[in-house]
Amino acid sequence: MTKPFLAALISTLAIGIMPGAMAQPSESYRAGSIVVETPWARATPGGATVAGGYMRITNTGSEPDRLVAGSSVIAERFEVHRSTVVDGVARMEPVTGGLEIRPGQTVELKPGTMHAMLVNLRQGLKQGDTVAGMLVFEKAGVLKIKYHVAGIGAQASPEAPSAHGNH
Amino acid sequence: MSALKIIRWAAWALVVVALFGFGAIALGWIQVEKLGRGNRQPVVTTSGVPAIGGPFSLVNHHGERVSQDTFKGKPTAYFFGFTHCPEVCPTTLFEMTQHLKTLGPDAERLNVVFVTVDPERDTPDLLKTYLESFDPRIVALTGTPEEVASAAKAFRISYRKVPTEGDNYTMDHSSSVIVTDANGELLSLIDYHEDEASALAKLRRAIQG
Repeated sequence: MTKPFLAALISTLAIGIMPGAMAQPSESYRAGSIVVETPWARATPGGATVAGGYMRITNTGSEPDRLVAGSSVIAERFEVHRSTVVDGVARMEPVTGGLEIRPGQTVELKPGTMHAMLVNLRQGLKQGDTVAGMLVFEKAGVLKIKYHVAGIGAQASPEAPSAHGNH
Repeated sequence: MSALKIIRWAAWALVVVALFGFGAIALGWIQVEKLGRGNRQPVVTTSGVPAIGGPFSLVNHHGERVSQDTFKGKPTAYFFGFTHCPEVCPTTLFEMTQHLKTLGPDAERLNVVFVTVDPERDTPDLLKTYLESFDPRIVALTGTPEEVASAAKAFRISYRKVPTEGDNYTMDHSSSVIVTDANGELLSLIDYHEDEASALAKLRRAIQG
């Protein structure tokens, strides 16, 4: 597989972490037909080596595309996982072969379902931080994004109006 | 011995071997088809009191040896998880932290215990660092893989290592919070998606005895 290689390559290109950056109004990023909205991540407890990343990905084109890789400066690897809690058992399975986004479809990465997993963190994520990252789509190519970091148990982006209801 | 007698002995020996073989095959078929494949079904007890919770011997995040008796005298909320867990475990510990805050002084009459199902990575030191992000009254436990397996069995917790990319792994695990009374007897379970009011009601009931 070229994925780990690609992720490694991209992480060397990624930008930097900007602690305490001001939260900005709802952000969206576009590459080709792909639009990524409000990427955010959860703050991590001390010693944690993984963090969840969330966002909305919309394919505005007429051909299917795939999220095949990603990176961020603060983590060694980027994976997409699906988590479920069924019959009281929490499970997590990696999404293999890339996350497909069909034409016209919006795929939402959010707590409790599909999420990006930032693996082997080089540093913890703190609420209020902004973390630079990249996403790689099969057709749309590379997209630079910034994750806004919400609290440990947050259910939504710190930018979303509903985030205030969770405290 | 006549040739006839030898043939007769040999024939009987074959019959015995054949019967034994059929018996073994039949037994195997019954185990696989009738009793379910392998032993993946959880143990189900049918006595009136569910047998969840029981004796264990583990080490807390200060490196001290603890047992079920350590937590007797107060109702206890047990949660099994691991620190390399991006969602369910930090969310549950975060919610327990909020519950303890909401309970106010009553929170002093409750133990909250986080037991790792990943003792290979979750050392007392790592657990200590991890807990710094949550209510300081929460206790984390680890042990040898055998000690953790034995504790999980006592609490009817299932867990499983699942390989991911590279040589990493994640854990599938039961995600309910198990609430016991001051004697270690099961009182209630709090599900992962249970709302705050319902979870708090269960904790208050446990505290009021």
